[in-house]
Amino acid sequence: MFEIRIHSRGGQGGVTAAKLIAQAAFHDGRCATAFPFYGAERRGAPVVSFVRISDQPIKVYSQIRNPDMVIVLDASVMDSTDVLAGLKEGGAVLINTAQPPAIEGHPVHAVDLTGIALAQNLVVAGSPILNTPVLGALARLGLVSKESALAAIAETFSDPRNATVANTAYEETKL
Amino acid sequence: MLTIATGNKAVAAAAKEARPGVIAAYPITPQTEIVEQLATYVAEGSLDADYVPVESEHSAMAACIGASAAGARTFTATSSHGLLYMHEMLHWAAGARTPVVMANVNRALGPGWNTWAEHTDAFSQRDTGWLQVFVATVQEAYDATLMAFRIAEDERVLLPVMVNLDGFALSHITQSLETVDVGDFIPPFHLPHAIDIAHPRGYGTLTPPDIYFKFRWDMERSMRASREVIAETEAEFARRFGRLWGPTEDYRCEDADVVVVALGTLGKEAEVAVDKLREEGVKAGSMRLRWFRPFPILDLAGREVVVIDRDYSFGFGGVMAHSIRSTTGVEPYSVIAGLGGQEVTYDDIAQFVRQREVGREFWFGVSD
Repeated sequence: MFEIRIHSRGGQGGVTAAKLIAQAAFHDGRCATAFPFYGAERRGAPVVSFVRISDQPIKVYSQIRNPDMVIVLDASVMDSTDVLAGLKEGGAVLINTAQPPAIEGHPVHAVDLTGIALAQNLVVAGSPILNTPVLGALARLGLVSKESALAAIAETFSDPRNATVANTAYEETKL
Repeated sequence: MLTIATGNKAVAAAAKEARPGVIAAYPITPQTEIVEQLATYVAEGSLDADYVPVESEHSAMAACIGASAAGARTFTATSSHGLLYMHEMLHWAAGARTPVVMANVNRALGPGWNTWAEHTDAFSQRDTGWLQVFVATVQEAYDATLMAFRIAEDERVLLPVMVNLDGFALSHITQSLETVDVGDFIPPFHLPHAIDIAHPRGYGTLTPPDIYFKFRWDMERSMRASREVIAETEAEFARRFGRLWGPTEDYRCEDADVVVVALGTLGKEAEVAVDKLREEGVKAGSMRLRWFRPFPILDLAGREVVVIDRDYSFGFGGVMAHSIRSTTGVEPYSVIAGLGGQEVTYDDIAQFVRQREVGREFWFGVSD
């Protein structure tokens, strides 16, 4: 079972990102569950979402304590939250940033999701859309297939720019 | 069709498939997504129902009772304080023999204000005459909601059915879902005592002491008959759609020395704990109770039993622990865990089994 924890801020689409990843994994023929932790958070506050991907049915409902991978949709969350907490040894960190920080012991994949969204003017209610480009980045990292990522996006959003930003993020993500 | 959905969306999809004539509801976290989705179906014209946006849960249930008495298939959904606000009308729905189907997204009761999973809301309605089923996956939420209509409306039952799913843990999780073309699985709704304006009758009139008890006995007779109707319905569902559900979901129980009894998502997480314990050489099994009313007939003789209660009856104990003790004669190890959404992992559940002391009560996070 591969477990992912997503850090974002309320309103940035972290919960939807988790759903999209599960949906893409599902298209790949795998089992997946996605769930947010709803605390007392409101718009702008740090929030956490979880994704589990497995080839077997998933019976676990409790939160992910030792993720295989961490996704940070808003790097400023790192000022107040230890996003590496419980991350497995050698577990990858995917960060939405133009300036990748060095993190000892973990491969860091940096991609400027915000910049990619802004370049397409893909902004809803003042927030650049991050959950569709992040799917492109994850496809590049091999977590889901690119076809399934694009299928999940097409099923969820009608705006074709979502596929465009996913493709751009796919190209710009460094392995 | 194979798709993915949240627990809430699955309930809404099943309710839509059952083609209710009337939906009356009031929003409350974490249930709101269900009635929001149903309102969308009605607004876009994909569901031909009267959607009644009432001013309270008490009114929601009152509207459902009235609509059901008029012969309409009815559905509503609620949670926690909404369910408690309905309490009077829940008794009325059962007593009036109006087979309303309702989803209750289990949520703790305030104060302190808490929107996370707990079963005390549903258990506090246990004597209302409603059938209650607890589900643990998105698929099961869908399947159980479909079956609820057929069970409730069966003339041997004619009692309302409550489908319970854990707040957030199940209502908001995304999992795979196979929807079905329900066909004639749910027969057209026929209420024998439906209001007929051509033949006026009295409803809910004064029922004196010499006959009132007969109506109560009739409710219990129907509740007893519901066991057979549930079994028939689950068998027919399996025949048509390939998924068999029963009074319990048993996992590795055949040769188990110790059985974990739980409801809802904790009962599913317990299966992972069982696998862990088996690796350690502990012959553990998991028995997830699905039906709470009517309470299933369980065979736990000769096993040690660890009951996890996500509820509490103050001054008495865990409701499930006492239910198991009184119906099976087996003295369990009673664990109170998961109240108000308290995190309980499969490791925690495995530890409950390791540390079990028959006859004791253990409050997770408090008495350790």
